[in-house]
Amino acid sequence: MITLSDVHKKFGDNAVLRGVNLHVPKGSSMVVIGGSGTGKSVLIKSILGLASPDAGTISVDGTDVATADRDAFLARFGMLFQGAALFDSLPVWQNVAFRLLRGSLKRSKAEARDIAIDKLRRVGLTPDVADRLPAELSGGMQKRVGLARAIAAEPEIIFFDEPTTGLDPIMAGVINDLIREIVSEMGATAITITHDMGSVRAIADDIAMLHAGKIRWTGAVDQMDASGDPYLDQFINGRATGPIEAVR
Amino acid sequence: MIGAFASIGAGALAALAALGRLAIFTGQTVSHLFRPPFYGREFGAALIQIGYFSLPVVGLTALFTGGALALQIYAGGARFSAEAVVPQIVAIGMVRELGPVLVGLMIAARVTSSIAAEIATMKVTEQIDALVTLSTNPMKYLTLPRVLAATLVMPGLVAVGDIIGIYGGFLVSTERLGFNAAAYLHNTADFLTATDILSSLVKGAVFGFIAALMGCYYGMHSDRGAMGVGRATKSSVQAAAILILIANFLLTGVFFSA
Repeated sequence: MITLSDVHKKFGDNAVLRGVNLHVPKGSSMVVIGGSGTGKSVLIKSILGLASPDAGTISVDGTDVATADRDAFLARFGMLFQGAALFDSLPVWQNVAFRLLRGSLKRSKAEARDIAIDKLRRVGLTPDVADRLPAELSGGMQKRVGLARAIAAEPEIIFFDEPTTGLDPIMAGVINDLIREIVSEMGATAITITHDMGSVRAIADDIAMLHAGKIRWTGAVDQMDASGDPYLDQFINGRATGPIEAVR
Repeated sequence: MIGAFASIGAGALAALAALGRLAIFTGQTVSHLFRPPFYGREFGAALIQIGYFSLPVVGLTALFTGGALALQIYAGGARFSAEAVVPQIVAIGMVRELGPVLVGLMIAARVTSSIAAEIATMKVTEQIDALVTLSTNPMKYLTLPRVLAATLVMPGLVAVGDIIGIYGGFLVSTERLGFNAAAYLHNTADFLTATDILSSLVKGAVFGFIAALMGCYYGMHSDRGAMGVGRATKSSVQAAAILILIANFLLTGVFFSA
């Protein structure tokens, strides 16, 4: 279980997180929604230890992120970045097998390549892309490679940062289905941040809405349409008017 | 009046903070040298990139500088009937100063900019964050291999630059100024000392360290967006060039103050 208790984070004078409390049960798929600039990415980066909270605690299965052994801790996570964040200088298979080619999870080169190709197949890519460079792939293919990299070391917890941004609706559907299937197969805990309500309905067990630096609403995805919360209602229905002021 | 003092103070504090950040970054880079893991493949790639691929630009720069130096010394020496000192002055000028400084500045232009742009782009596209999530320390994976490679390969590049520079002077002197080839080479070899050569190589190592470190530092501290990458690249080359010239002055004092 991932638990955030009263987490605060400021950048200069800009208080992005102002007391976030959130519980993500083990094996569940939590989607965090909220407007642009509300701190969703900072939330994920704080859990991963990429950003240190100014106050509050974040724990994973009772272990405080701030004091955890970094290598062992990070080995439990996988992450799909918004722009895939593939390493330009490495061929696709080495991107996927990056963690398996070095560090505590190191395998032989042949074994790491086999695993990479297996994971590429799992995300619907043929082995012939393995030796290509990321720049030679389309945006949708890069997202799939990023997904294959996120699951290559069989992590317990996977983060998805805007997994369908920049993709056409069909490719977005493919990625949503893959995320749902893979997370379910692996029994992993998933935390996704997205604006895409199609994604939310396709992959979430629970959702949490981040607004003004705090969790505004949290609950099961099938309860969100009847939440009665005007902020959530405005957001999920994409209305320009309501309690959330659109920045024009 | 108070406003002027306040802005001077703020500027001084900002400069000290920047110096502190650079000192911490340098300390972290060096400390990773003694703590595994080491990324041999990245180190090898950096050696080839910084060393081998810089040879053409180093060679051409040194060749023409050596040739021009011979012409200048000959013309200047002629005023005092001292044309014969061309081989000695070309040798000492290239080995003590022009070789290391010009190679250092060429490396700052070619390698520092490339490192800064590459790492800054990696930062903007979240590749640095991705490295961390994949249990890989960016300082170990990106910074140390490049800084170590530049420090080790630069003395070699400087040596090549020195030799080609002297050869440039030799070509001009023998083909155009009428010097005897054997006498020219004899004078060159006789005049250079071990300290001259050692100073050249040490300067090369220091300049290589500075050039790669500045590229990594500004790349890692880049702002977001295309402007951020551009600023990081420009600042890294400026800082590397200035620090190389300052280090050259200090090292010249250390080696030749007597």
